[in-house]
Amino acid sequence: MSATAETVADVERLNEKYKYGFVTDIEAEYAPKGLSEDTVRFISAKKNEPEWLLEWRLEAYRRWLEMKEPDWGKLRYPPIDYEDAYYYSAPKSNENAPESLDDVDPELLRTYEKLGIPLREQEMLAGVKNIAVDVVFDSVSVATTFKKKLAEAGVIFSSISEAIQEHPELIRKYMGAVVPRDDNYFAALNSAVFTDGSFVYIPKGVKCPMELSTYFRINAENTGQFERTLIIAEEGSYVSYLEGCTAPMRDENQLHAAVVELVTHADAEIKYSTVQNWYPGDENGVGGIYNFVTKRALCAGDRSKVSWTQVETGSAITWKYPSCILQGDDSQGEFYSVAIANNMQQADTGTKMIHMGKRTRSRIISKGISAGKAQNSYRGLVKMLPTAEKARNYTQCDSLLIGDQCGAHTFPYIESQNRSARVEHEATTSKISEDQLFYCRQRGIGEEEAVALVVNGFCREVLQQLPMEFAVEAQKLVSISLEGSVG
Amino acid sequence: MLEINNLHVDIDGKQIINGLTLTVPAGEVHAVMGPNGSGKSTLSYTLAGRDGYEATDGTATLGGADLLGLDPEERAALGLFLAFQYPVEIPGVAGMTFVKTALNAVRTARGEGELSALDFLKLVRAHLKDLGIDEAMLKRPVNAGFSGGEKKRNEVLQMALLEPKFCILDETDSGLDIDALKIVADGVNRMRGPERGMLVITHYQRLLDYIKPDKVHVLAKGRIVKTGGPELALELEEKGYGDVLAGLAA
Ligand SMILES: Nc1ncnc2c1ncn2[C@@H]1O[C@H](COP(=O)(O)OP(=O)(O)OP(=O)(O)O)[C@@H](O)[C@H]1O
Ligand SMILES: [Mg+2]
Repeated sequence: MSATAETVADVERLNEKYKYGFVTDIEAEYAPKGLSEDTVRFISAKKNEPEWLLEWRLEAYRRWLEMKEPDWGKLRYPPIDYEDAYYYSAPKSNENAPESLDDVDPELLRTYEKLGIPLREQEMLAGVKNIAVDVVFDSVSVATTFKKKLAEAGVIFSSISEAIQEHPELIRKYMGAVVPRDDNYFAALNSAVFTDGSFVYIPKGVKCPMELSTYFRINAENTGQFERTLIIAEEGSYVSYLEGCTAPMRDENQLHAAVVELVTHADAEIKYSTVQNWYPGDENGVGGIYNFVTKRALCAGDRSKVSWTQVETGSAITWKYPSCILQGDDSQGEFYSVAIANNMQQADTGTKMIHMGKRTRSRIISKGISAGKAQNSYRGLVKMLPTAEKARNYTQCDSLLIGDQCGAHTFPYIESQNRSARVEHEATTSKISEDQLFYCRQRGIGEEEAVALVVNGFCREVLQQLPMEFAVEAQKLVSISLEGSVG
Repeated sequence: MLEINNLHVDIDGKQIINGLTLTVPAGEVHAVMGPNGSGKSTLSYTLAGRDGYEATDGTATLGGADLLGLDPEERAALGLFLAFQYPVEIPGVAGMTFVKTALNAVRTARGEGELSALDFLKLVRAHLKDLGIDEAMLKRPVNAGFSGGEKKRNEVLQMALLEPKFCILDETDSGLDIDALKIVADGVNRMRGPERGMLVITHYQRLLDYIKPDKVHVLAKGRIVKTGGPELALELEEKGYGDVLAGLAA
């Protein structure tokens, strides 16, 4: 093969590996580079926010200045230069927020089509999907579909910026109620400079008539994404929500620090699924997203339930612990996680289940897969407070190693302050089975496909928690993210 | 069709097969019998290309193609199928997904293209019926929690689906009840044909009552030490390996 043909083949192969790595060429408006009170004011002004929110942000910023970046994760990365990034980037065409999809820049619509997310409602209806989508491009939400249909059911599904304008009382009541703005370093940063994200409100007794989803896309260079999502499920309501994420392939690292807050009232249930496929960097660890996320649910009401399902395949660094505060009696928290780290990726992820109410139950199923030179850690806290009479937790934590240069680590923390509470923990670590691979290969299945098959089997318990439409996608993603992990 | 010449195989530096020579022409079924630990499974794994089974000398070809340098999936693509003595469990992978993936892989390798979901289902159901297997078995993870006999039937099901050119059956009869033995043997017999070769490894004459071999070989101490017609199996059943092995020592 000639040198050029080889290069072309290389590029094609790379693109095949991370097919979301393209850049949309679109004119964007930025905040001045760096982080200061002025940046915070700029963002707040751009979003036309009420005075109290600007103050709220500024206070978060001041707290952040006094905080230290956490260093307890099993993660290694060079110091992040918070001054060398943009905290706001919006497609210019979006300046006057589009009223309907017809007003959305066609270039953006094309981007989402390329990503496999048709935004036009008729296209979605033509497909099998019955899903409403909010799409966040860099710092702003560009479109939310099916709003009318949802409004008929009384469901509010919009960007958080819009909710701040339209439903300030709900925002004021709930924002920061689950994740206080000084909860941790990255939450404080987010509280200061959050740009967009989704807002969901399900009224009492309503079962949301369709899946809701938000699609996050980082496009601009040198830009962080700081989204905030807030979901409130009133008494007896139900919603299933899914978020997906991708970013272009770039040589520099980009910061993503999100905050997600969920609140369930009595007998309400939120099922929150994530398929995280941020650009992971190349096989030498160049580029990729730094993903520092704070996700927490407050099961405020009795018998309420929150179920987190995550499939984490992307990002150079993942620092993320979707948690549940089980306050209501008989409330339930679930955490189902697949975390794949290949090449030079590092993941430190898990959950916290804080049992307060009586007979609260939690279930943690974590499947960690490490390949290449990656490091993958499960970190989980199960805490039984003195009030957690007869509370129960079951944790199962399985790690799978592919190759002998990667690492898997498990850090379970158990704190029980109630003698009637039960905590059960099981953990396994194993190498991918040569016998299983050989059996597949004897049947004609190629090595990479065999690995994908076996790993998908390993993750099944978690993947089957995903809404059906996404389970298939997630399986493919598992395969793609393991490419190059054998041979 | 299958030609093995002076094959030597090491596992962990220990020689298990030493100078094995065997030819199975297309259209024939050969039985291999031999004492426990004589190297029968080692031979089948080596032919299938399992890691750690190192051919240090000799050759093995299928339809003229050198097997020993190939990856397991390449050998499968050439049409080699091994029904495992101990089929492997794959937790979390539904049997249906597994056979579909395998069938698509070999069909692609043969340049036939993938089957539509409907055609695939029809094909699978037909084979399930032939082998008296309940479809529910394919909804479960591959071999996980299967009884010994179920595992063996599942091997034969896969064999029938994949339509290999050459089949190695490693003790497919052990673990089968009397009725299942007949069903499985019928399945194997249906696959006999002028283009296809088979190597049937077994300890018991019983199977050979149903699957009439063209030749019977005795494998002992890593070599074929005796070859005969179907009557050799009867003789072994009666007298054991004593005489054959005694002949060896002499
Ligand atoms: N990994 C290994 N390391 C060392 N010796 C091995 C290994 N695997 C197999 N062997 C040895 O190779 C020999 C042949 O084993 P093999 O499984 O081929 O026998 P077999 O003829 O199939 O026996 P059976 O009739 O019991 O199935 C045995 O002595 C066995 O212990
Ligand atoms: Mg054997």
